[in-house]
Amino acid sequence: MSVLPAGLPDITRKTRVARFHWWTILAVPLAAILFQVYVPRFLTYLSYLELPLLVTVYFSLMYRSPVAGVLVGSGIGLAQDSLSNLPLGMFGIVKTLVGYFVASVSQRLEVNNTPVRFFLALVFFLFHRVFYWVLSEALLGEHFDLDLPQTAVLAILNALVAVPLYRLLDKLKIVE
Amino acid sequence: MELLLGRFRNLTVLVIAIFAQLALLAYQIKSNQEVRLIRVWAVSAVTPMARLLEGTRSGLSHFFGDYFMLRNVREERNRLKSELDKVKMENQYLRTEVNTADRAKTLAIFQRSTQSTTLAAHVIGNTTGSSGKVVFVDRGSLSKVEKGMAVITPEGIVGKVISVYPTASQVMLITDPAFAAGVVSEKHHVHGTLKGSGHSYALIDYVQNEMPVDQGEWFYTSGDDRIFPKGLPVGVADVIRAGVQRKEIDVTPSGLQNGLEDVLIVLNGIHSQIPEAPPQEEGVHLLSAPPADPSDSADSTPAHSGPAGTDADRLVEHYRNLGASQKHTYGDRGSPAPNYNLNADETQRKPAGAEPKSPGSPPPHP
Repeated sequence: MSVLPAGLPDITRKTRVARFHWWTILAVPLAAILFQVYVPRFLTYLSYLELPLLVTVYFSLMYRSPVAGVLVGSGIGLAQDSLSNLPLGMFGIVKTLVGYFVASVSQRLEVNNTPVRFFLALVFFLFHRVFYWVLSEALLGEHFDLDLPQTAVLAILNALVAVPLYRLLDKLKIVE
Repeated sequence: MELLLGRFRNLTVLVIAIFAQLALLAYQIKSNQEVRLIRVWAVSAVTPMARLLEGTRSGLSHFFGDYFMLRNVREERNRLKSELDKVKMENQYLRTEVNTADRAKTLAIFQRSTQSTTLAAHVIGNTTGSSGKVVFVDRGSLSKVEKGMAVITPEGIVGKVISVYPTASQVMLITDPAFAAGVVSEKHHVHGTLKGSGHSYALIDYVQNEMPVDQGEWFYTSGDDRIFPKGLPVGVADVIRAGVQRKEIDVTPSGLQNGLEDVLIVLNGIHSQIPEAPPQEEGVHLLSAPPADPSDSADSTPAHSGPAGTDADRLVEHYRNLGASQKHTYGDRGSPAPNYNLNADETQRKPAGAEPKSPGSPPPHP
């Protein structure tokens, strides 16, 4: 229950929902997917950067709506699936869940806080990797090594990249 | 229903989204068909941008390369000392360019010399899968590329086409865990199945422990898989271990060793024989054989040119001269053995037709 007097809008930072131009919502995920497709050809070590996931986490955090999180996650995931050689839906399901959980968590957290963003990016990278591995094993019967120490290091690296990336994406928000 | 759409709206949307994708997944796996339309849309949307990026990158690279080169030429006149670093940069750039030109030239020469009909393609991007080794090339169904075609380079096989779109195709590399192809070893003609490992090397499976395979032995495509023409290089057996039932053989793929930029798609493959010798290193320039020395005559060329080296050589030479002087053919059982106690020079001085004197023979009658 709100403690504000009747008639006054709740303008605390926690409940503020960010807004973006429509082209931002299209261009940023597309750029992230293009980055993943194109850049590792020349800089192999950048193939470990999961920009589509980081972008999913960011938009889900900013919209603070589980429905929006589901839509963003499934959209980016299916686009990623379309460019892979695996059946459609693998990245879609994982990112749908990521979007939903991030948006649910964001309703209780200060999303502009850098440590919170770092922590969320780290946790959801791990969730994404582990859940993708589970789905591959369970649904497709495909076996690939889930190197946990390596996954942990990659999670930290991705979270480190997420912090400045989110600051950059903050500049694309519509200022009211 | 109102309760679902109202109170549990978020959860309902999530469940619907998950189930829709699960159904999509199940449909694809059960029917073993691709839902091509969405893939065609996505690939058609992304590959032109990847092409544009690649074009921009190479254009900028050339532009800046030319710029640096020009700047270096100007500065060479004025400041020779500060020029050194820039010349190094220029060197590096030119080396890359020469490598690229060499690769293109090798590809063109191979394309002309091979009997199979091939189509040159350029790698424009990777796929998004985290475990797979799949790349996009800039040739698709408009260039008559079909699913299942082999992809090679002059150095060896690279992979096979797994999806075809109008302007691009997906190629599964031989290091992908899902890849398989029939191979045969060069020396012992041992057959096996090449499999990807998910890393930079590939494995050869289904080779029994009793089969002989040497370390460093080359493997070639056997043509059994009906994808790769027979006789294409695959790689060298690096590590060979005896397993429980079958050998564990790690192979370094020769086709992926020099990076992957330009490839050939085999439109119409023609089988060839497994080479007797391993493929020669590409890019090494060899001079033609030197002309024959006019002073050397064909019949005077012994097994050893020049003076005999060891005692054994000298002995062989001595016996050969003895045989020649007594008109004896070694290996001819009809003629008696030559007299090895005679001196070859003395025998040559004797008149023709005179019998050689052996120690045990009776003296001639007067």
